[in-house]
Amino acid sequence: MAVLSERIRSEITALLPKYPRKQAVTLPALHLVHDEMRYVSSEAIVEIAEMLDLHPSEVQDTMTFYAFFKDREPDKLGTDRVWVCRGLACMLRGAYELIEHCEHKLNVHCGERTADGKITLEFAECIGACDGAPAVLLNDVHVMDVTHDKADALFGELQAK
Amino acid sequence: MPYEPVLLARVGKPNPASVEAYRGDGGYAVFERVLAEVKPLEVVTQVKDSGLRGRGGAGFPTGLKWTFLPKEHPGPIYMCINADESEPCTYNNRILMEKDPHQVLEGIMLSCFAVKSECAYFYLRYEYGDAYRTLLAAVNDCYAAGLLGKNIRNSGFSLDIVLHRGAGAYICGEETGLIESLEGKRAWPRIKPPFPAIEGAFRKPTIVNNVETMACVTQVMRHGVDWFKSFGIAPDPKNPRDAGSYGPKLYTIAGHVNEPRCVELPMGVTIRDLVEKHGGGVWKGRKAKAINPGGLSMGFADVNAPLKGEDGKTEYDIPLDFNGPGKIGCLGLGTAAITVIDDQTSMVDVLHNVCQFFSHESCGQCTPCREGTGWMLKITDRLRRGQGRREDLDILIDVADRIGIMPGTTICGLADGAGWPVKTAIRKFRAEFEASIKDGTRSRHAKSLELVGAH
Ligand SMILES: Cc1cc2nc3c(=O)[nH]c(=O)nc-3n(C[C@H](O)[C@H](O)[C@H](O)COP(=O)(O)O)c2cc1C
Ligand code: SF4
Ligand code: FES
Repeated sequence: MAVLSERIRSEITALLPKYPRKQAVTLPALHLVHDEMRYVSSEAIVEIAEMLDLHPSEVQDTMTFYAFFKDREPDKLGTDRVWVCRGLACMLRGAYELIEHCEHKLNVHCGERTADGKITLEFAECIGACDGAPAVLLNDVHVMDVTHDKADALFGELQAK
Repeated sequence: MPYEPVLLARVGKPNPASVEAYRGDGGYAVFERVLAEVKPLEVVTQVKDSGLRGRGGAGFPTGLKWTFLPKEHPGPIYMCINADESEPCTYNNRILMEKDPHQVLEGIMLSCFAVKSECAYFYLRYEYGDAYRTLLAAVNDCYAAGLLGKNIRNSGFSLDIVLHRGAGAYICGEETGLIESLEGKRAWPRIKPPFPAIEGAFRKPTIVNNVETMACVTQVMRHGVDWFKSFGIAPDPKNPRDAGSYGPKLYTIAGHVNEPRCVELPMGVTIRDLVEKHGGGVWKGRKAKAINPGGLSMGFADVNAPLKGEDGKTEYDIPLDFNGPGKIGCLGLGTAAITVIDDQTSMVDVLHNVCQFFSHESCGQCTPCREGTGWMLKITDRLRRGQGRREDLDILIDVADRIGIMPGTTICGLADGAGWPVKTAIRKFRAEFEASIKDGTRSRHAKSLELVGAH
């Protein structure tokens, strides 16, 4: 049974004409799979490779360069991914304390998923929202000026979803 | 008279992604005129004559870079827009893309017309989801309005702009790392030469330019060379290799200020003015101690260090043009992103944070960079745990001096940027580092008691 859904397959196919080489669709394809399946399994890698006329090891090689992608089922992403920035501008305005607070609040270390499977907590290098330091990235959206209370409220919302 | 922003003129207007709204402010008129009346080479010449230098960090003259493309090449020629913007404490590209994407897109159209490229890849860091969706809507609107696609306005010129998202790696901002990443490979920077203009994306001639550079191209074509040159700083007559620092510039202010924000000013504003006038001053009534003048890679300025031969002035007073930061031992203007560090903050903690970044982001290809950044992190970690040794500071400087393209030991400039903050911090704040070693001061951020194995 194929692991890539019809939707993912048709989105990958639609991207192919935008590039002179199929390999260029590797990152977009990994994003599509990762977004939907919350990690990229070896079966998915084989199927991406087939669609892009690559050897699976080529896709694997690219994917593992970007620590962004989870490649093991136990590390599967929660429903939402919350990145706390630890860059200098944020560190100067309380990022380390914020990371510690979030770890305690969610009872996880950075890189882990909460017990209810809802949130994966991560640290990030500068996310380019330094005008709102300390800042957090909720999936791919900036949340600015994050106090401990604001973080708690955000987690409350995500866990109530 | 206060400076009237041009690059940021449309910030805050409704519907930033709408072609109609942009047109209402005079947008795309220049592109349409150029399509109808102007030859590609004339656009290259105008950009060259304006003195515009790349805003991505290296400050390479934009028009000159374009002339490095092979003449009469049968194509394809690719344009890559560098929107990886991952230099820590930098966010000006984000503001442009979120608030006025069409100004950037028009610059891409003009630039592609100039260099005869029919395909631009817009490489955007993944973390900019809002910018991505705004740009996507803007690009789609351009196709609908006939400003992108085949045979635009019956000119014979065709152009596609393809948005391509990264995956959280700083090194994808290095232009050949970007190209490798775009091609679907690990983002390992390439050995140069060949430079991308000769052999770049998909082995074809390629121009890589920054987002703000594109916005400047729009303004140079709209308002002309004289207008652009009326801002900034002319070349230093004593330095024949100085190309000057013309035009408006976006500066971002972050760290210990009351009002962190992005401002547009003529090139050459001083750090002091940025902090005191535009950033609302240092927070909590404190004083600034150190400034990072252009993204972490550029190193540090010591606010209290007097400038030689300039009465009463300190490193706080240097102008942020392409030459200013170099005069105080910093690497350059970089991304013109300044970060303020107040007098209550430990430089040991700051430097550890910096080393943490570069060690995390080294792509690992060159041994001196991979190992050097790793060891610098281990040593600064030791320092912040109060376990520093006297010789550590010299070791750090020694490593920092040896890694990079300038000493000739690495493939790309990440390593130079990793070394610069280390050597400037230690040279300029040596007494503080020495005192912390002597007292065995432990950072409040160094949590666990484990000994670090830096051997
Ligand atoms: C480690 C490293 C990271 C870089 N990151 C960026 C970046 O995020 N954005 C950018 O425009 N240029 C970045 N650059 C500079 C690019 O290599 C390149 O010089 C620039 O994109 C050219 O555009 P410009 O001439 O318009 O400035 C980086 C360089 C290095 C060495
Ligand atoms: S200098 Fe560092 S980041 Fe650049 S190619 Fe070498 S290892 Fe990679
Ligand atoms: S340092 Fe956190 S957003 Fe830039």
